[in-house]
Amino acid sequence: MLPWHYNIPFFCIFLCMTAGILMPLLRKGRASFYLTLCVCFTVTSLSAALCAILYTSGDSFTYQMGHFPAPWGNELFAGPLEALLATVFSLVMGLSLLGARRAAAEDILEPKQSFYHVMLCLLLAAMLALSYTNDIFTGYVFIEISTIAACAIVMARDTAHTTVATIRYLVISLLGSGLFLIGIVLMYGITGHLLMPQIQEEMLQIFANGEYTEPMTLVVGLLTVGVAIKSALFPFHAWLPQAHGSATTTSSAVLSGLVLKAYIILLVKVFYRCFTIEIIRSLRVTNVMFVFGVAGMLAGSLYAIREEHIKRMLAYSSVAQIGYIFMGIGLGTDIGIVAAIFQILAHALTKPLLFLSAGRLSEICGHEKEMYHLRGAAWRDKLAGVCFTLGGLSMIGIPLLAGFNVKYLLAQASLQNTVKMWIALLALAASSVLNALYYVPAILALWTPVSQAEQTPPPKNTGYRVAAPVLSALVLFLGFNSKPIVRIIELGLSLLKI
Amino acid sequence: MPALLSEIINYRFEIFAFLLFGIGFMNLLLQKNLIKKIIAFNVMDSSVFLFLASQGFIDGRAAPIVVDGVTDVHRYINPIPSGLVLTGIVVSVSVSAFFLALVQRLYKRYKTVEFDEIMVLAKKEAEK
Repeated sequence: MLPWHYNIPFFCIFLCMTAGILMPLLRKGRASFYLTLCVCFTVTSLSAALCAILYTSGDSFTYQMGHFPAPWGNELFAGPLEALLATVFSLVMGLSLLGARRAAAEDILEPKQSFYHVMLCLLLAAMLALSYTNDIFTGYVFIEISTIAACAIVMARDTAHTTVATIRYLVISLLGSGLFLIGIVLMYGITGHLLMPQIQEEMLQIFANGEYTEPMTLVVGLLTVGVAIKSALFPFHAWLPQAHGSATTTSSAVLSGLVLKAYIILLVKVFYRCFTIEIIRSLRVTNVMFVFGVAGMLAGSLYAIREEHIKRMLAYSSVAQIGYIFMGIGLGTDIGIVAAIFQILAHALTKPLLFLSAGRLSEICGHEKEMYHLRGAAWRDKLAGVCFTLGGLSMIGIPLLAGFNVKYLLAQASLQNTVKMWIALLALAASSVLNALYYVPAILALWTPVSQAEQTPPPKNTGYRVAAPVLSALVLFLGFNSKPIVRIIELGLSLLKI
Repeated sequence: MPALLSEIINYRFEIFAFLLFGIGFMNLLLQKNLIKKIIAFNVMDSSVFLFLASQGFIDGRAAPIVVDGVTDVHRYINPIPSGLVLTGIVVSVSVSAFFLALVQRLYKRYKTVEFDEIMVLAKKEAEK
């Protein structure tokens, strides 16, 4: 008899899938909204419980799917890190749904709403599966599922912009997953296994004999480029701003905050469980990731400075933040990757907060999204103003906010390597200044003093009033007390090694 | 030279698969016509399946279906690559269907499948 908590990962994925399949039976948008919300928060509480159990016992487990035991069957692998990610992913998705409910109701036609919620459920299922899976081919299948669902939630708001953005997003995503697929197939051809621990066994032997070094470099390169395209690492970011900037607010928050990261989690798992981080470092792929990560940190911010459209500005800022993650992985050390995963969590909380607040602010200004029309908007809804300010300051890296700890961890991690240290420290400093160059003017514009007459009370938005304070509290928590989270990540990473 | 030639003949499926992958990839990236983009996507995915199938097949061995009581492993091929091809086909069919639905929607709206023209028309529509 399995301990009960072993069933949680599978149950969460299955719950999202079943809810997604049953959703079209609910005709009313309201009903499907509440069902999705229930699913998200159920997954959150179960995953949080799993995380607590695994963290206290310092344990991880594999869960066999179907009746074929390991080297052939399909497996899930769960440790404290995966459970933590599942908690954050589902929580943020639920809060994004709640916080931008009014905007979604206006942007999406009533009969289409239940289909929109289908896509969100499938997306959550895909993200959970990407972080739990122990089988690389399952990873590929769920990458494609999340591609379809992500494109669908971009085009849920039916305008000229979103349809064009969706086509672009779909084409680029397919290129990325094509490269990932051929990488997996080559790796299967060489090692003869699909489950990660078995691949690693073969891999260690292959590298001990010094065989297949070039093909393996090619495999790692293909997997990395595939993931980099799908998670919009500079210079593959061209599709992102339009897709994230023109979609409805819930979609923007989910896509920017979560979907980009799910692929990176899979890549980290492949690095740790199929290869080892030492092998990856010896193939020098991490150096390439480091260079592009640094380039992305700077370029993303430079694009964002020029942008006047508030949501596109936030989207470009995501390009910069993805750069941080790749820079952390590019350091090629355990603590570098801990910093990268901390950044994944911090950004997964901060960016949705910013998108929700931007959505709320533009809602009270008659759906204008250009910075010029949003002047003084913060005075009309002070909560949204404060939350946007908090998120912006966290992105800049003000101490006591999540963004500061990210930079601190990255800087600390970079100290191990003298060459990379200087580049990383300079890039962190430059990128903080660049972040400040667009977040500070945006915040100041929002708080421009306006006359009393213009301070008409905006329509109430209860969903936002619940979601934004929760996200802000979490951003503050990560800023004040990052230790427990860092410890969970460290434990999770050490359990990924076999 | 004959050595190289025999290598090429030995690996003809793999070489052909990679050529097809390149053709599919570049067309998916650069082709302006959306229908041709979808065809290119299918070429790209089919090339991966060809590669998998050719890797999984060993000359002189049969599909792993026991009919005459022979259970010797060396008489049969590994069925997993074929299973992967099937899964991959399912994935690529569903993505193609989604892509086609999207293009159909664009065609109804703009009466063209050229992506350049659609972008110009969409920009005009957004400015209105």
